[in-house]
Amino acid sequence: MAQVTLNGVGKTYPNGFEAVKPSSFDIADGEFVVLVGPSGCGKSTLLRMVAGLEDITAGSLNIGDREVNDVDPADRDVAMVFQNYALYPHMTVRKNIGYGLKNRGTSAAEIEAKVQDAAKMLDLSALLDRKPSQLSGGQRQRVAMGRAVVRDPALFLFDEPLSNLDAKLRNQMRIEIKALQRRLGVTSIYVTHDQVEAMTMADRIIVLNGGEIEQIGTPAEIYHNPASKFVASFMGAPPMNLIDAQLENGEIRMNGSTVLTAPSDQAYAGPVTMGIRPEDVVIDEAGSTPFTIEIVEELGAHRLLHGRLAGHAFTVHVGKESLANAGEVRLQIKPDAIRLFQPETGKAI
Amino acid sequence: MKRAGFTSVWLPVALLLPQLSIIAIFFYWPAGWAVQSSFYLQDPFGFGSTFVGFENYTDLTANSEYMRIAWFTVVFTVLVTFFSLSIALLLAVKADKVIRGAKSYRTLLMWVYAVAPPVAGFMGIMLFHQHTGPMTDFFKALGWDYKILVDYNSTATAFIIVSVWKQIPVNFIFFLSGLQSIPRAVREAAMIDNRSGVRRFWDITFPLLAPTGFFLLIINITYALFDTFGIIDTLVKGEPGNNPMTLVYKVYMDGFRGNDLGGSSAQSVILMVLVLVLTVFQFRLIERRIHYS
Ligand SMILES: Nc1ncnc2c1ncn2[C@@H]1O[C@H](COP(=O)(O)OP(=O)(O)O)[C@@H](O)[C@H]1O
Ligand SMILES: [Mg+2]
Repeated sequence: MAQVTLNGVGKTYPNGFEAVKPSSFDIADGEFVVLVGPSGCGKSTLLRMVAGLEDITAGSLNIGDREVNDVDPADRDVAMVFQNYALYPHMTVRKNIGYGLKNRGTSAAEIEAKVQDAAKMLDLSALLDRKPSQLSGGQRQRVAMGRAVVRDPALFLFDEPLSNLDAKLRNQMRIEIKALQRRLGVTSIYVTHDQVEAMTMADRIIVLNGGEIEQIGTPAEIYHNPASKFVASFMGAPPMNLIDAQLENGEIRMNGSTVLTAPSDQAYAGPVTMGIRPEDVVIDEAGSTPFTIEIVEELGAHRLLHGRLAGHAFTVHVGKESLANAGEVRLQIKPDAIRLFQPETGKAI
Repeated sequence: MKRAGFTSVWLPVALLLPQLSIIAIFFYWPAGWAVQSSFYLQDPFGFGSTFVGFENYTDLTANSEYMRIAWFTVVFTVLVTFFSLSIALLLAVKADKVIRGAKSYRTLLMWVYAVAPPVAGFMGIMLFHQHTGPMTDFFKALGWDYKILVDYNSTATAFIIVSVWKQIPVNFIFFLSGLQSIPRAVREAAMIDNRSGVRRFWDITFPLLAPTGFFLLIINITYALFDTFGIIDTLVKGEPGNNPMTLVYKVYMDGFRGNDLGGSSAQSVILMVLVLVLTVFQFRLIERRIHYS
């Protein structure tokens, strides 16, 4: 087990493309960190640099108290789970799981014992003599996990390990991976483009966009205090409502007419982008803000009301007992539900 | 999916007829004729033939020259197959490191494919020429009194080198595409599991290449046995004399130069059986290949 330190780590591919801008952060011993961002934002590149599969072109990377920039992937004491599982097709499950141990000079008896343990933990005991081609997607996923777990490494690396599974299995494996990581206490970096996975699994989330870190924080911090418009719209489903408005004298004006009270003590004045989470508003006859419901999305436990607020698209999240008819209503929006962003830079004010 | 079908039997028959007649005229008919004439002793001047049963076959096993040529063919096939496969594999592994993902290089390397067999043979003549050949100079520099067409081993060496050289590009292309079809993540997983590149090659890459390798093994054996005819004929200029030759060349020499049609036919039949065995073997292997994916 180990902490991980990135100090200005960046990647410029040989073709000159800077996939990861110099980034610095620490991961504590035993922490589960999720790297999340849209496709192509450099998540895999960053993870692969940690694994040693990609050269680090800027900065330094420490695993434990050792700088590993020039250390071979096999010597970094990391284990990686790949998106397509990357099982060895010609080896049985037993050999797949044991291969990494065999090359580390573990005795045959010890390998067998460890493989059995890992297999039991992952419910693979009955499948040890099968080849990967004889397994279902979920079972292959478990074998890939087994291959990582059996080595008892300092660091787990996951690159979208669940994205090839169907939704049901994905939810189940999400919980299993998280529980396994808790139990083993191995420091983990988990890459995903799925914000639900990020929110549910992470101790801390790192949001990446265009090769740059947008925000680092706990799921709650990221969700409630997004550092930028990008984070606000990327994290959360449905995303935060973002509306361009004017801020003057502690008041927010939309389209000149609709007025909201700004969060307390704002020194800034001028154009802003206002962000409101769909569940942070209540429908209230006495509310100050008119809202036109156009479409009701029935989700069973709750409903999403899509409509217009001062001419802007706006979504409201309400409980199942709340009304669900299209038409005019009024909303109550508390000042502390409002987040403000600079319209051009997108940064939080 | 809806299966397309023919309403009448005559259309499919008509469509198959050209192909079937080509096979019949150019394969079954001569093959049948060879089997038949292998049981007869033909008069060299074409005045008639006598049924002799298996005598043409039993004569062959008693013929020390035939057995010597058969032995040379075995040695030749083993060496050509071994060297053309192993050198091609080595080159493909090296090339794969450089051109991973770069498709344009791959296309460039394919061009080697296009060297015509007679051109290869002719290049062999120049390379091994008694007086001006650079290979001759090279062997002489190593202290070997190299004399192509005069010395048995010299000629055999030239056969082997030219045959290997001609076959390497084919093997190379297959090995390279085999290597490139191994998923990147599988190699990377192996990099994390095993420090040694050589061990990774034998543990992961080589077994995953095995289906390609088995397939090429059959192709190469067939090549060495049969398709080297042109190279040998070009190198010995149609006059083998005391030089080595392969079984196929012997069929040609006995049948068309020696006018021993019966004996030559018996030799052809033996080779046909050999091809049949190889083909069956190959189909078995192709069935096994599917198992991997
Ligand atoms: N070998 C490479 N050479 C050049 N650019 C690359 C290479 N690999 C990835 N990229 C680019 O780097 C960016 C980040 O890629 P990646 O880390 O795979 O993204 P993600 O995993 O977040 O989807 C992408 O724009 C991708 O096109
Ligand atoms: Mg990726």
